[in-house]
Amino acid sequence: MEVDVMKRIPVREQDPKVRATNFDEVCLGYNKEEAMAEATRCLQCKNPRCVQGCPVNIDIPGFIKEVGEDNVAGAYKVISKYSALPAVCGRVCPQESQCESMCVRGIKGDAVSIGKLERYVADTAREQGIKPEPATEKKGKKVAVIGSGPAGLTCAGDLAKLGYDVTIFEALHKAGGVLSYGIPEFRLPKDRVVAAEVENVKALGVKIETNVVIGKATTIDELLNDEGFDAVFVGSGAGLPRFMGIPGENANGVFSANEYLTRSNLMKAFDDKYDTPIIAGKKVAVVGGGNVAMDAARTALRLGAEVHIVYRRSEEELPARVEEVHHAKEEGIVFDLLTNPTEILVDENGSVKGMTCIRMELGEPDESGRRRPVEIAGSEFTLDVDTVIMSLGTSPNPLISSTTKGLEINKRKCIIAEEENGQTTKEGVYAGGDAVTGAATVILAMGAGKAAAKGIDEFLSK
Amino acid sequence: MFKILKKEYLANNIWLMDIEAPRVAKHCQPGQFVIVKMDEEGERIPLTVCDYDREKGTVTIVFQTVGASTMEMAEYEVGESFEDFVGPLGCPSELIEMPLDELKKEKILFVCGGVGTAPVYPQVKWMKEHGVDVDVIIGARTKDILILEDEMRKVAANLYIATDDGSYEFKGNGCDKIKDLYAQGKSYTKVVAIGPMIMMKFVCLLTKEMNIPTIVSMNPIMVDGTGMCGACRLQVGDEIKFACVDGPEFDGHLVDFDQAMKRQAMYKTEEGRAKLKFEEGDTHHGGCGQCH
Ligand SMILES: Cc1cc2nc3c(=O)[nH]c(=O)nc-3n(C[C@H](O)[C@H](O)[C@H](O)COP(=O)(O)OP(=O)(O)OC[C@H]3O[C@@H](n4cnc5c(N)ncnc54)[C@H](O)[C@@H]3O)c2cc1C
Ligand SMILES: Cc1cc2nc3c(=O)[nH]c(=O)nc-3n(C[C@H](O)[C@H](O)[C@H](O)COP(=O)(O)OP(=O)(O)OC[C@H]3O[C@@H](n4cnc5c(N)ncnc54)[C@H](O)[C@@H]3O)c2cc1C
Ligand code: SF4
Ligand code: SF4
Ligand code: FES
Repeated sequence: MEVDVMKRIPVREQDPKVRATNFDEVCLGYNKEEAMAEATRCLQCKNPRCVQGCPVNIDIPGFIKEVGEDNVAGAYKVISKYSALPAVCGRVCPQESQCESMCVRGIKGDAVSIGKLERYVADTAREQGIKPEPATEKKGKKVAVIGSGPAGLTCAGDLAKLGYDVTIFEALHKAGGVLSYGIPEFRLPKDRVVAAEVENVKALGVKIETNVVIGKATTIDELLNDEGFDAVFVGSGAGLPRFMGIPGENANGVFSANEYLTRSNLMKAFDDKYDTPIIAGKKVAVVGGGNVAMDAARTALRLGAEVHIVYRRSEEELPARVEEVHHAKEEGIVFDLLTNPTEILVDENGSVKGMTCIRMELGEPDESGRRRPVEIAGSEFTLDVDTVIMSLGTSPNPLISSTTKGLEINKRKCIIAEEENGQTTKEGVYAGGDAVTGAATVILAMGAGKAAAKGIDEFLSK
Repeated sequence: MFKILKKEYLANNIWLMDIEAPRVAKHCQPGQFVIVKMDEEGERIPLTVCDYDREKGTVTIVFQTVGASTMEMAEYEVGESFEDFVGPLGCPSELIEMPLDELKKEKILFVCGGVGTAPVYPQVKWMKEHGVDVDVIIGARTKDILILEDEMRKVAANLYIATDDGSYEFKGNGCDKIKDLYAQGKSYTKVVAIGPMIMMKFVCLLTKEMNIPTIVSMNPIMVDGTGMCGACRLQVGDEIKFACVDGPEFDGHLVDFDQAMKRQAMYKTEEGRAKLKFEEGDTHHGGCGQCH
């Protein structure tokens, strides 16, 4: 295979016209030749800057070297030291602003495709049946992990590798957190990737009890005092959806992105075999500009709707990953930028019949450093839609903090925890991921899970 | 897996089941609910906790077959299991959280409609066990579709039955019976109304006029039941509330019932199709015991 060192080996993708009508994965990933060719572009830097860009500091040149030598088992072993979910991170990490943004290759040409290589290693290892190795020595101590998202799975996996007896308690009927209920099939296949990575964590000896809502079915205090757990990790995420508070928001046809995505991903409403219904809509407005908004929009598109993203700032400020915006545009999603909804219009049956929006312009920068959107007086217009999906962000669920004595939260309802070890204000209780930071990323949640596993090990080794 | 230990037909397409679910049985309180998912392809179906046995680790549910999922559920037999059974969800009844001496000063009237009798039963039973006397009205279209009459008679101070057609005891609906009781000189400091939304709406209209504080138990469409999706949101006074975490009980005088009823009908056409599909049997639904 010919390699231009300045250019990355392109990755194969489903054609936009075809994929807009199915839920199969958009990106097809590298095959062996492509991966080995891309691996030759890595300079094996002595001081690899890419590693600093990765929140869990994966030994990137180390694993790429193994890929170059066609030693997938070796590459997988290197990655496994740092990450429990490489097939997930290789797909959904915002690599362009993390590891790849720091790669020296990126100064003059394209950065090395670190994410795609990581995905190749994880996928190939899975196909070859390579599994992480469980601990040989047991510590004889029990840890409870609340939530089976990336933070919980990582913390549980790391503790199990150290020999702890770990049980994950998950409120939903499936493990994976946002990986299962939020991120769509076409970006992160559920059975092939998510379920397989969950199985890997189980292979380390971790038990997963689904259908247990902590704070309702039992509490943290009971886990510690009556159920014999020596420590608890809270990785309960930030699942509470926000609404705008504009008139008409309770109309039929207005959904939170969480509801829409949960119906489609967790309950598989897009598949006729499953009983849960979803309203596809003919013309859909998705309000917001983050990854979640892109996912909701692309899901609605695949269900057959014409879809508009309504976002109050300009393209430059879109918080979603560049790759997702690009994919959304390719698939035919319309971007109504510098536009903000003011009212949802409702017909006599209580259903959405349109949405009044106002045009915006960018003014002075605000606290976040981004230019503040300001309404242009008199610029209201009606967007003709029958479905509105609100994707305005989420905050942590108060269920756990309100039922645990001594577990403190901050103004933003996030659990207060030390960054380096996850220690909360309650002894023996650790926390990390979106529950602590508010909605963030998979890899940051994993990093926090890792740090907390270390913190818990230190606490229990005292 | 959550095993069905008992199944009983009550009346009017209403079934009772005891489910083995020790964690739920240990912690549930009157007023709370569970979510049942029958199998991999099933919907998540919210159902009120109708009774529980902490020793045996069982929870009783009572459900009416109204659509495809509940019809399929009725085909499950003793010994079979549901794949998922999560709970307890929601908040316990406001009344049982009150200090007992204050609760004993209240004069409480429960008004149940149809399958709503089932969720009222554990609350009345709890009251009896804690020495609080309460009166109960069960409203039904006709005598044959009454459920849990004997059970309720054992725990209520006074049980009144109101049938629309007069086939049993009082002729009229729940509202008519409330007026009748007041005409007889009775009076109450609190009403708890549980049943179809339309019935709760009319009870609330009446009790607002009569100035009796009224609690209702809302049953909007739900998905997760943990506060994550907002499908269950209701307008209560000036606020938007999530029934699954803020409720399911609310001050009935503040609930926007008209909006709630419209929201409940959101999937009507969609569900109508699912029900047809089920009845005509052109797709495999599982759970019928004959084809898998
Ligand atoms: C639609 C969508 C798209 C996204 N896209 C990306 C992306 O492309 N790249 C990226 O890096 N990040 C993305 N994110 C963000 C990322 O998914 C999250 O930051 C990450 O999943 C947080 O992990 P976590 O483990 O902290 O929490 P979660 O993944 O939220 O998991 C928390 C788990 O805890 C469970 N739980 C909550 N409360 C309880 C309780 N009381 N008892 C028991 N269990 C409980 C929940 O059911 C859930 O399963 C996306 C998020 C969404 C919603
Ligand atoms: C907190 C809570 C507690 C509940 N407790 C009980 C109970 O103890 N016993 C019981 O029989 N039912 C109860 N319900 C209602 C029950 O969940 C629904 O009847 C069931 O989900 C309908 O499922 P289906 O697929 O069979 O019917 P569908 O096909 O989904 O619906 C059939 C018809 O019922 C309406 N409907 C849909 N969802 C609901 C709903 N959540 N509530 C009322 N009507 C609905 C639809 O608009 C449609 O007209 C409760 C609901 C909630 C939210
Ligand atoms: S985990 Fe994410 S940031 Fe780290 S190397 Fe992999 S893709 Fe890059
Ligand atoms: S910075 Fe780029 S070239 Fe250097 S080691 Fe990392 S991936 Fe390879
Ligand atoms: S059912 Fe999803 S928030 Fe209440």
